[in-house]
Amino acid sequence: MSEMEQEESSGVVKKFMFVNRKAPHGSIYALESLEVVLISAAFDQDVSLAFVDDGVYQIVKGQQTKGIETKNFSPTYRALEGYDIEKLYVERAALEARGLNEDDLLVDVQVLDAAEMAGLMAAQDVVISF
Amino acid sequence: MLHIVNKSPTERNALESCLRLALDGAAVLLIEDGVYAAARGGAAEARLREAMKRVKVYALKGDLEARGMAARVIEGIELVDYGGFVDLVCERPSCQSWL
Repeated sequence: MSEMEQEESSGVVKKFMFVNRKAPHGSIYALESLEVVLISAAFDQDVSLAFVDDGVYQIVKGQQTKGIETKNFSPTYRALEGYDIEKLYVERAALEARGLNEDDLLVDVQVLDAAEMAGLMAAQDVVISF
Repeated sequence: MLHIVNKSPTERNALESCLRLALDGAAVLLIEDGVYAAARGGAAEARLREAMKRVKVYALKGDLEARGMAARVIEGIELVDYGGFVDLVCERPSCQSWL
């Protein structure tokens, strides 16, 4: 039996963090990250999302993409709760540098300072960056 | 000249370089992720306001709406649609995209 099969059969749960650093509509990163996060939900792992730098723009309220004729995937962040993905972290400095606060966000998040975010990242088994 | 900026001011220095190198009277159009610079309260606001004393700044409306930023636009920035974008390109003798 391979190591991977052993892990599956013994139900090992690893800590996965997806780190989002890009704004949502100027490139495909944000949507791709969201797709991977949703896939990860199927594997019963300990999943968390971090939003730093321009990544905080992904979860800003009021996005309307009709004018640029692309998919508005922002409501999907609100559905993550239904997949038991409830750990969303935002770096405080990223909000402040963009004139945003928690009320501007479309999901409940934990706002962390840089040191707290660094500690959380270091505590993960796997960090996947977008 | 029309300067076109499509990168977020907090991710790249495209806007910063553009404003440094744009002549008085030039036009600057913010599109795609560049429109985040047009939002109040961000790190780029002071720099942009300073530049608006000598260059005319426009932003693409559809891109602001897509990003939830349409209600936060700094006063004095003129919003244009795709037709307005074409007009700006035609009005100016040249244009430069800051990638």
